[in-house]
Amino acid sequence: MGASVTGERYIQGDIETFQRAVISALVDNESGVLARVVGLFSGRGYNIESLTVAPVTEDGSQSRINIVTCGTVAIIEQICAQLDRLVPVCHVVNLTATGPHIAREMALVKVVSTGEPRTEALRIAEAFRARAVDTTARSFVFELTGSADKLDSFIDLMRPLGLVEISRTGAAALVRGPQTI
Amino acid sequence: MNAITNTGTQPERAPETSSAMPGAEVLIRALTEQGVEVVFGYPGGAVLPIYDALFRQDRIRHILVRHEQAAVHAAEAYARSTGRVGVVLVTSGPGATNAVTGLLDALMDSVPLVCLCGQVPVALIGNDAFQEADTTGITRPATKYNYLVKHPDELARTVHEAFEIARSGRPGPVLVDLPKNITVGDAPYLPPARNGRRSYQPQTEPDPAVIREAVAAMKGAKRPLFYVGGGVINAGAEACAELTDFIRRTGYPCVQTLMGLGAFPGTDPQSLGMLGMHGTYEANLATHDCDVLIALGSRFDDRVTGRVDKFSPHSFKIHVDIDPAQINKIIRVDMPVIGDAGRVISAMVREWDAQPGEPDAAALDAWMARIEVWRALDCLRFTQDPAPDAVIKPQQAIRRIYELARETGRETYVSTEVGQHQMWAAQFFRFDHPQRWLTSGGLGTMGYGLPAAMGAQIAHPEALVIDVAGEASTLMNIQELGTIAQYRLPVKVFIINNHYMGMVRQWQELLHGSRYSESYSDALPDFVKLAESFHAKGMQVTRLADLDGVIREALAHPGAVVVDICVAEGENCFPMIPSGAPHNEMILGPEQEQRSKGIGEEGRMLV
Repeated sequence: MGASVTGERYIQGDIETFQRAVISALVDNESGVLARVVGLFSGRGYNIESLTVAPVTEDGSQSRINIVTCGTVAIIEQICAQLDRLVPVCHVVNLTATGPHIAREMALVKVVSTGEPRTEALRIAEAFRARAVDTTARSFVFELTGSADKLDSFIDLMRPLGLVEISRTGAAALVRGPQTI
Repeated sequence: MNAITNTGTQPERAPETSSAMPGAEVLIRALTEQGVEVVFGYPGGAVLPIYDALFRQDRIRHILVRHEQAAVHAAEAYARSTGRVGVVLVTSGPGATNAVTGLLDALMDSVPLVCLCGQVPVALIGNDAFQEADTTGITRPATKYNYLVKHPDELARTVHEAFEIARSGRPGPVLVDLPKNITVGDAPYLPPARNGRRSYQPQTEPDPAVIREAVAAMKGAKRPLFYVGGGVINAGAEACAELTDFIRRTGYPCVQTLMGLGAFPGTDPQSLGMLGMHGTYEANLATHDCDVLIALGSRFDDRVTGRVDKFSPHSFKIHVDIDPAQINKIIRVDMPVIGDAGRVISAMVREWDAQPGEPDAAALDAWMARIEVWRALDCLRFTQDPAPDAVIKPQQAIRRIYELARETGRETYVSTEVGQHQMWAAQFFRFDHPQRWLTSGGLGTMGYGLPAAMGAQIAHPEALVIDVAGEASTLMNIQELGTIAQYRLPVKVFIINNHYMGMVRQWQELLHGSRYSESYSDALPDFVKLAESFHAKGMQVTRLADLDGVIREALAHPGAVVVDICVAEGENCFPMIPSGAPHNEMILGPEQEQRSKGIGEEGRMLV
């Protein structure tokens, strides 16, 4: 196990700066834990831009929740502190504040078209390294992984080419290097 | 992270299958092992097996209330006046929803409670069964933590853990939802686990390096101030005694929050009384002008801070709290100290002795001299017409209740409802001991006082228990006179009857052009007859000349008394900080009320 990252809880500097943050929490995998986390955000007026959750330990006893949120530095600090005091929450880290990290999202994008737009869609998909995971004579379903920006650009390019449906995940995120949260 | 040291990898304790018994009996056994002596509750279909188990034992006493909300308030007062965990037992559906206000009240004021709640059998959950409610869903934001017990194996462990979570860290209410099949069917009994759950490890011991810096700042102060809250009372009577010694040794002044009254003796010359919206002039000006503010177990509530950008603008702020989420929540502080207030105080005392150097005595003298000038203003003064037939001022009534109760020399517990009378009681009662003052601070729950008095009297049968009430608030849980009669609880209820929801009326006068929309207490009952119908003594007083005699007689009466004190209708509670104003712009009395006309839109929203 690598060295762990605890992050600086009390952030110095301009607390009114507005920022986006990726927060990861390790939680006991029990009934109601997601409701507690989500209820905390709605009850205290915080934003959730996206959220992912899945068990991550060998025995399935713990899940990792990744939340992309935004707010002032002071608000993000409060969000982490409020999350951390929930009984089933083991550990909370603001990845954005702890240093370099990787955050990836996944999207499935369905494009229905024929002729030139269809060819164009396939060409762009290749450029983005999206995989066609379902193909019919009239449609593709592309699978694409990457940063939120990359997914946004891909989707924007697909819109005029017959895009009909999108299914997107929130972020999965880890700190770079050997450290763990 | 120390998470790795506490993994639950030790072999599962072998279930004591020999001791398998009905879940309700497992529950009773767990409660007994947790030291529970009293449960406040109300029966119903889903908890019948638990009531049956209660019937067949004699270690736990059940107090039958008349409404579930009152059970929770009574348990809160029991907990706050003893330092133990209060226990509530209610049925499913309406029993649970009626308890919600009390649970949130306990959450806001950090009161350790365990609420045991019936639920329909697991197989029926989600079917809209009779008296089914999504109780864990409803109470999730109203509790520190809650459980739905779905398997018999979890029952004993859950109950033990609920008590541990309720009493440790920042205390709070924990609800355990108990489906009927769990309490009817057999379950194994297990003793409390030795290790807490690894996700819940509150930090109680402060960082010594931080204590060193904090004490250095305290010693270097020229205008220091202790700002003491309910967290110190939660840390226990010993912590309060140690703090009292410490504050006296430093010679520093001390202000208390509404919840912190009694943590430091109110009659001590170093005590400046309560701070905040209706705090004393000297407390608020000292808070505004101090250069080192030592916040202990207090959370910078909006009723304390007033306008946040002008709160104590020149001070170096040390904030001691067991809950890291309170740090920088409202006021940015310079030095957070995470830990149990009692342990922090001990560590500070040790560090104070160890660190060389003494505080600047000349500066402290000058600071105390300034405070004495503020104190000399006598901000709580009011004018009572001395004529025998004069209308009684509410302040006069409350001050005399305090003085005459003190004359009895008895151990006295005081509860209040919510509103003007509550603030006057906070101003005039000087508590020299912790755990004697029972009021709804964070949530401001009208109807708190009568059941709270009940709970305190159950915990302290020999003590004098007083409910300082308002005529509007007390009607919200007046049915508890039935409980008081059933258990012969000699509580003294003093209704400060001004025929108005006084605080609402006050704000309507100050902010809404004296349009008293729906704040008049119309069609009030005859409180004397009401008391008598519940087998209590009823008394009424309308003239100043009779006030002392009636209070004395009520205090001396061996049983329950309800005193209807008819007071002047139009009195406002002063001093006050108008909404949106800083601490150094207080309104001291009616002669300055015009200043409140300057409250802007923003201020009105903060009321």
